[in-house]
Amino acid sequence: MIDAETRRRIEDFLLDCAWAIDEDELEAWPGFFAEDGRYRITTRDNEERGLPVGIMLCEGRGMMEDRVLALRTANIFEPHRYRHILGRPRLREAEAGLVRSDSSFIVMRTMQDGRMDLFAAGNYRDLLRVEDGRVLFQERAAVLESRRVDVLIVIPI
Amino acid sequence: MSAPAQPGDIMPAWPEGGVSRVPYRLFSDRDVYALEQERLFRGPVWNYLCLELEVAEPGDFRTAFIGETPIVVARDETGELHGMVNRCAHKGALVCLAERGNRKHFSCIYHSWTYHLDGRLRGVAFRGGLKGKGGMPEDFDPARHRMQPIRVETFCGLVFGTFEPDMPPVEEWVGPTMAHFLKRNLGSRPLKVLGTHSQIIHNNWKLYAENVRDSYHATLLHTFYTTFKVNRLDMDGGILLSEGTPWHHISYAKRATFEEAAEYTEAQVHSASYDSKLNGPELLKTEDEFDDGITHSVQSIFPTLAVHFTLNSLCVRNFVPRGLEETELVWTYLGYADDSEEMTAMRVLQANLTGAAGLVSLEDGCINEFVQRGTRGSGDAAAVLEMGGRGLESSESSRATEVSIRGFWSGYRGLMGYA
Ligand SMILES: [Fe+2]
Repeated sequence: MIDAETRRRIEDFLLDCAWAIDEDELEAWPGFFAEDGRYRITTRDNEERGLPVGIMLCEGRGMMEDRVLALRTANIFEPHRYRHILGRPRLREAEAGLVRSDSSFIVMRTMQDGRMDLFAAGNYRDLLRVEDGRVLFQERAAVLESRRVDVLIVIPI
Repeated sequence: MSAPAQPGDIMPAWPEGGVSRVPYRLFSDRDVYALEQERLFRGPVWNYLCLELEVAEPGDFRTAFIGETPIVVARDETGELHGMVNRCAHKGALVCLAERGNRKHFSCIYHSWTYHLDGRLRGVAFRGGLKGKGGMPEDFDPARHRMQPIRVETFCGLVFGTFEPDMPPVEEWVGPTMAHFLKRNLGSRPLKVLGTHSQIIHNNWKLYAENVRDSYHATLLHTFYTTFKVNRLDMDGGILLSEGTPWHHISYAKRATFEEAAEYTEAQVHSASYDSKLNGPELLKTEDEFDDGITHSVQSIFPTLAVHFTLNSLCVRNFVPRGLEETELVWTYLGYADDSEEMTAMRVLQANLTGAAGLVSLEDGCINEFVQRGTRGSGDAAAVLEMGGRGLESSESSRATEVSIRGFWSGYRGLMGYA
């Protein structure tokens, strides 16, 4: 049973993470994960077929930090920003004191010249560690409805 | 250089300079695009369709494309593989809507015409009419109507299709150098799919065909390795072109210091140490799988296939034209069926280097669009491709060359009717 206070904390946490991405505070993004946390972007098709290779995979905060550093210093792309719209999470107790959270998202992408598109829609399949009132992702999978990505993904979803 | 080969041809005249010049118009001309469908895609080439493992069992089918033409590949009850245009012989509707599946026969949903797995017409609904009225004429002959067949052939786990009845076998068509490398990567052990996704890139398909052959840009546009000071140990490399028409290519990098590096010979292990400034260095944990020292390779097979083997990441890329200025780039990541868990884990992590979010190569998702946008309104202007000379010779010591792009255009020119 997830109590109301825990739910409130989790909802705030999910919102804060989306906000950090949308406000370009990407350096803060790995901090939403446990040190050995896992982040992936994949597609519904891959998930349903049980295939392990998706679109992005970070095992541990180090790989997330590398992603952010690569985005800032190595990767070249047309500047753009996201706006996440989150659905209310479905919460369930999972093994080892973790909380399983599923929530819908859509991501609007705005390019530097003002072009705006629906970039992604899907389900965040999250495993959350809730300890001493603090929430962290043990695992986050952004499962995209579509297998098609428009242009590229460089900013985490 | 030469005038168009056929009278009334709508192809732009090719400028002086042969394959070292490419008219920008070729990337945005509607008539050229339409002509490519006929002369190139439905012409004398083998088009990649799907993996053999996707149509492994009797009844398995997979839809695909040759240019914009919808295709279905199916394996019949006897195990024979067939290819046909995915189009009902009645009104032209798509017969297979699903991308893959298993059927005893095909049925067009519009008027329930049914087909055998080899595309022969099996049944026409209400052929005899209803209550003795209506129906097909007496002399309607089902044997004279069928889904349009194409030739299909399998090589190294890849299924190819062609509209051209007189094509040599795939192995002969790609030539010995290309065939050898396809066997190395895809033909030696049974394959398995590790994952797939696709990317819509907003450019003409030929810009990606150039990009995948463009070894010149690799370290200039893609700076992941240099930014993270990845000690690659494998800077030695070259370009191989196919024999005959040099429209297929292999670009490879070798671990040049492999022989001398004491730590490898002493430890008798073939695992590479990639020093880097990565916070998550496990990303580049790798193991040698071949004795030829090649650690990175990209191979292109004309017109729309590429296979890359980056460290342990093996992937088939198929770039499908979705219109004049739109291309779908489909990434299918592979492993071998008998891979250890450890090897699979390496392949899975290294998939991060490529694909729609590839740390090394995500720039390719937008760079071709920048060319598409940059060449609008360019009139008769042309690209200059003189890096590594103006010729079509393999370059076994350097990748600072555009020779494989010139090779692509030599094939293109031939098919489209230039001398
Ligand atoms: Fe590239």
